[in-house]
Amino acid sequence: MDLYSKRIAVNRIGLALSMAAMMIGLGALAWILGTLMFKGLGALKPQVFLQMTPPPGNDGGLLNAIYGSLLMVGVGTLIATPTGILAGIYLAEYGQRSWLAPVTRFVNDILLSAPSIILGLFVYAIYVANVGHFSGWAGAFALALIAIPVIVRATDNMLSLVPNSLREAAAALGAPRWKVILQVTLRAARAGVMTGILLSVARISGETAPLLFTSLNNQFWSSDLNAPVANLPVVIFQFAMSPYEDWKRLAWVGALLITLSVLLLSIIARVLTRQKIST
Amino acid sequence: MDTTVGLDPKRKAIVTAPKIQIRQLNFFYGEYQGLKSISMDVPENKVTAFIGPSGCGKSTLLRTLNRMYDLYPRQRAEGEILFNGANILTPKQDLNLLRAKIGMVFQKPTPFPMSIYDNIAFGVRLYEHLPKAQMDERVEWALRKAALWEEAKDKLNQSGLSLSGGQQQRLCIARGIAVKPEVLLLDEPTSALDPISTAKIEELVSELTQDYTIVIVTHNMQQAARVSDYTAYMYLGELIEFDSTDTIFIKPRNQATEDYITGRFG
Repeated sequence: MDLYSKRIAVNRIGLALSMAAMMIGLGALAWILGTLMFKGLGALKPQVFLQMTPPPGNDGGLLNAIYGSLLMVGVGTLIATPTGILAGIYLAEYGQRSWLAPVTRFVNDILLSAPSIILGLFVYAIYVANVGHFSGWAGAFALALIAIPVIVRATDNMLSLVPNSLREAAAALGAPRWKVILQVTLRAARAGVMTGILLSVARISGETAPLLFTSLNNQFWSSDLNAPVANLPVVIFQFAMSPYEDWKRLAWVGALLITLSVLLLSIIARVLTRQKIST
Repeated sequence: MDTTVGLDPKRKAIVTAPKIQIRQLNFFYGEYQGLKSISMDVPENKVTAFIGPSGCGKSTLLRTLNRMYDLYPRQRAEGEILFNGANILTPKQDLNLLRAKIGMVFQKPTPFPMSIYDNIAFGVRLYEHLPKAQMDERVEWALRKAALWEEAKDKLNQSGLSLSGGQQQRLCIARGIAVKPEVLLLDEPTSALDPISTAKIEELVSELTQDYTIVIVTHNMQQAARVSDYTAYMYLGELIEFDSTDTIFIKPRNQATEDYITGRFG
């Protein structure tokens, strides 16, 4: 009986410790979200979505920054998604027979955890410095470079999860390889791949460092991707470190907006994977 | 051990014209030899069963018939398999066309992640351009043959995954016959199913022989006895005996076969 009660005691201690650790983690998260809500919601007025970023001391909004971010994230995602999915398909479906696949996976994992500032610096060195000016295209390209490894990883993993029996069943009907991949395997994995794409979007919408080197920022309305483009992360960077109160308020609102959209994307990604997974 | 039973002129020859002729087939998983010098004929429009204990090579043999092993780099076959007179083991053989003529149903039901209708239409669309009305007819025909029409006709647009296990397997069978292959290979098609679904599928197999040549792998001897016209008994990668089902089960020539049938072994 003594052994048993000792085990019960250890169990309780273990449970208490893990709950405490969870509280710390959740607590930190709640604190961040709470602070964002508190500081940001107060300043979240319609004009945020209707006016441009103002000079200090004036009233304004974040319209150009929001638009610029949407533009660059959009273009970045458009570049990254087909590239990432095709690479993922190669790794999962064609990679067993060659040395290229393990090497690619390895390099992909490195890129995945590379500091984004390095990717921004890279685009700066090969593109911005050559072209001579900052631009939205450079920014979008840098964001794409950050998104691609995420999508490749997700596609590779989700496709590998599809059981071989499904591929064999399609092949047994006489379907050529590419049809099996596109119409059966990829389709079976579509929820997971969608999740990968959504998570990559969530990731790049908050990236600041690469944009500092590529698209810089723009005080005014900018829809020309050939020139510096306004974007939320850099605006937050600039405004938060400034001594002006109204700028700081706008920075909080910007941070809140980014957080809420990332939250929304993550929730959608979760809902997608939960609904589609069947027995 | 005589492994050319079906061809030995001293014995009774098989009456029907052979659909598939296997000659000196050797199969390797990497270094390991899974099939040793197999030679036999698969008769046309009959049900041939492969039986034997686990690991004897019956599924391996089945999967050489439609070159399914080709999907995996470390597996290879040597020898000859003549289908309609032509050797299908040559590198020149178009695998997709072959598999359109020799279909396969697997042990685990594998409905595609699409509607029931699309599951069946998928295979047909690969090689035939059918207008909608004819495609509808073909889908209905296949589902009727697989004894699934009554249960599925009101939910053709629902996902194939929404069916029960037995229904899913019948869906896979419908999918296999919808493309009208010449041969249908069944790899333990009922081992994952309940007795009632099993009975329905066995009934279906008997019916299908009118139009198709069927090869079925089963670890259930009683099923082989019920369903097949010819039976091949395999052990450790070799073909021990091949003859009509009645002979195998009532008066087998080999002692090893008799031991297996009577349950003394395996």
